[in-house]
Amino acid sequence: MTSETREIVHDQHTHPGWRFYAVIGVILLVFTALEVVGYVGETRGWYSSGAAAAIILLLSAVKFFSVVAYYMHLKFDNKLFTGIFVFPALLGTLVIGGMILLFHVLHGEATAIHGDITPRAEVSAQ
Amino acid sequence: MDSSHALAAHAASPAHIDTSTGLDSRKMAFWTFIGSECLLFGSLIATYMAYKGNSVKGPCPHDGMILPNGQPCGEGVLNIPLTTFSTFILLMSSVAMVFALYNVQRGERKWGPFWLFMTALGGSIFLGCQVYEFTEFYREGMTLHANLFGSTFFVLTGFHGAHVTVGIIYLITLGVMGLRGRIGPERTLNVEIAGLYWHFVDVIWIIIFPLVYLIK
Repeated sequence: MTSETREIVHDQHTHPGWRFYAVIGVILLVFTALEVVGYVGETRGWYSSGAAAAIILLLSAVKFFSVVAYYMHLKFDNKLFTGIFVFPALLGTLVIGGMILLFHVLHGEATAIHGDITPRAEVSAQ
Repeated sequence: MDSSHALAAHAASPAHIDTSTGLDSRKMAFWTFIGSECLLFGSLIATYMAYKGNSVKGPCPHDGMILPNGQPCGEGVLNIPLTTFSTFILLMSSVAMVFALYNVQRGERKWGPFWLFMTALGGSIFLGCQVYEFTEFYREGMTLHANLFGSTFFVLTGFHGAHVTVGIIYLITLGVMGLRGRIGPERTLNVEIAGLYWHFVDVIWIIIFPLVYLIK
């Protein structure tokens, strides 16, 4: 057996069957349902909004990695593809995190003052 | 395994290409495209998050929200049950996409196109729900120009919806090609790349759904 054929056989063995993909699908549905339960629990006051956000984000992170690793085959594919995806995905996450930090944690009164700004049209009318 | 089988497998497998990396350039290019899409959606989600809760007037996403000037915002516009249903459908369409690739890889000439069409159907139902949702929002006075929430919400979910639309056209095209016998194990990569696109659209919704709809 040549190195080529060995790799192909290896490739066939590393890819799971349709049952595995179906199980991942069920996990995705269950986790989505749990996310909605998290939202309902926060709405009904079962727990704080911070706890609900943490639960929901954790569940969505598991869903994200399940799809990327198994459905997009990054777990079985060449690691170069993982690098090409992970680097910009991390950059995007940093940008989102940075914006949340700036506008919702470190902003002080800077963004809260938006509510008091009088529209230009009203200013000129006065 | 004899040499003819090895050559046939070599032709069918996209992993054995004579490039400097040994990887198929089309797949490499598509992953690079997905990387650039990460940055696009990252910036759209970041903009939504930055302006979240800073609208000076309604409508607001959820019930019982308070405007920055201390006034109550009234009833929320987001329809969580409808969006939960459409999210379930989109996730199931991703499962159908995996089955499509699985069947194409095994040379199932009927089941490959069937699952491709099922994936497109799932995407179409998701898109239908989004069109209904947007129409309802418009009736309730939430337009692109209504407030910061309206602008950032419509741009973010609208871009995602546009991607779903492109994906549906892509999948239907592949399904028709499959019915005409032009998609088989020798062209698995075509379906794999379509799958990458569709799963990416799904992954983006996995992020948008909690951040926009579930977390207040």
